[in-house]
Amino acid sequence: MPQSEVHFETVSKSFKRRKEPALLVLDRVSLHVAPGEFLVLVGASGCGKSTLLRILAGLETFDSGRVILDGQPVHGPGADRAMVFQHYSLYPWLTVKDNIRFSRQLRVVRDQLTSSDVEAASGRSDALLSLMGLSHAASYYPNQLSGGMQQRVAIARALMNRPKLLLMDEPFGALDAQTREVMHDLIRHVHQLEGTTIVFVTHDVEEALYLGDRVVVMAPRPGRIDSVIGVPFGRQREQDLKATVDFLALKRQILHRIRETSGMKTDRDMLDQLSQQGVPL
Amino acid sequence: MSAQPLNGGESLPLAAQPTQPDGRRWQTRLRIRAAIPRWVYIALSISGFVLPLIVWQWVAAGGWVGSLFLPSPLDVVHSFVDWTQNGLPNDTLISIYRVVMGFVLAAVIGVPLGIYIGAYKWFEALLQPVNDFVRYMPASAFIPLVLLWAGIGEGSKIAIIFIGVIFQIIVMVADAVRRVPENYLEVAYTMGARQGEVMQLVIWRGILPELLDILRINMGWAWTYLVVAEMVAANSGLGFQILQSQRFLNTPKIFVGIFIIGLIGLLFDLAFRWIYRLAFPWKRA
Repeated sequence: MPQSEVHFETVSKSFKRRKEPALLVLDRVSLHVAPGEFLVLVGASGCGKSTLLRILAGLETFDSGRVILDGQPVHGPGADRAMVFQHYSLYPWLTVKDNIRFSRQLRVVRDQLTSSDVEAASGRSDALLSLMGLSHAASYYPNQLSGGMQQRVAIARALMNRPKLLLMDEPFGALDAQTREVMHDLIRHVHQLEGTTIVFVTHDVEEALYLGDRVVVMAPRPGRIDSVIGVPFGRQREQDLKATVDFLALKRQILHRIRETSGMKTDRDMLDQLSQQGVPL
Repeated sequence: MSAQPLNGGESLPLAAQPTQPDGRRWQTRLRIRAAIPRWVYIALSISGFVLPLIVWQWVAAGGWVGSLFLPSPLDVVHSFVDWTQNGLPNDTLISIYRVVMGFVLAAVIGVPLGIYIGAYKWFEALLQPVNDFVRYMPASAFIPLVLLWAGIGEGSKIAIIFIGVIFQIIVMVADAVRRVPENYLEVAYTMGARQGEVMQLVIWRGILPELLDILRINMGWAWTYLVVAEMVAANSGLGFQILQSQRFLNTPKIFVGIFIIGLIGLLFDLAFRWIYRLAFPWKRA
């Protein structure tokens, strides 16, 4: 099974701003992602979790430090790392099947194909379609699909080339709660089946705990790693897990860390702060 | 929307069905963006043509306005028949030729330029400011220069139409390229796409529907430049005939010329819309 290993070594990044000092979004972040691991990044907004993911995808540059992917430093995006976005990622002019097979048109993929691979590719896209429960929708266009189905297509497309690393940036953030639960079990199933290393960004702590082998809590201003939590629930998980005492305790612990690091302990504190500033409530 | 039973064939209690008395239904159809029945739509569209025609006939027949200023619809029909026997097909074809040539040349040069300006900051910095500057110069003011450079042949008429639309095409295509969502590009990059592949498979494919709309709109503008273009040493063409009729106070023929240009424009517009529907089935759904 193709699995990537990632080392972030004291990675820093700042955004330059006009008439203001540069904003430090990542401050010497070091992190190791083991081969085959399902790693989840959580944190308050502005903690740099998406930026860290985009750096790994090669879509964003960084100022200092090193990002090592399977022994090689990361320079720009590549076919070995696939990414699933929250919004607007399917090509509306392609059918579901053509979206999934989009990468087959690219030179980097085509060059290493033999004729038997081409047949295998057809089998691969059919297999992904049925894995995602999309077989009946193969010839639909994206705007005929629900949000949940669109994200399934996006995941299938990302998996098409058997990437060693799957990057997911709040992929279920726009879905309703029920669809999200279905997607959670689906992505866990995919992870077990494909064995791909997954780095997943979310602001939803419950999602993080249910999916991740480890959960990395990030803190904002400047963006940094606050704590890393090994999730002790094994790899066989069911929805009922979310209601167990252990799960809830861990969830509470992480939520506390996030509130504390974001400078807002409770909603009450925020309201008090606002009324002290004279904001009419 | 008609009322549909929700629970497998059993209909809901009468009170729950969303039917309304007739009066209320018409009220809701007057709301913002409310749909109207197709026959109403068609009837209104036809009325939009017929009502002005009736008013026109009424005013012309009333005799309050001299026929030199406002010929009756019948005068215009007579003039049309007369012109048909005296070179109207020829005038129409030569005008279509000039408009289409000017438009196609502008598209062939303007579309690639617009794409590169929209995609690369280098091109944008180099070409966009100067394009915006030239864009505001009136095409008709170029007539003396065009005559000087292109002579009095077909080239000068085509050049006026070309100048009239190319700068608009460039600006609109560049904007269309900028509106392609960044995520579309990033997804392609994360699958290993190179620059050229992103241009071809994402940006080009992504702007196609908008491109067709831009061309449709500019085709309309190209027709508005026709009369200006045919002021230039022409001796045939719809615009030329309109100007000529002005000289001879042949008001009915002016009307015919204007109507024919409007009609041809409308046909081109419909053709573009038809291609749009055929080429982009994914836009419907």
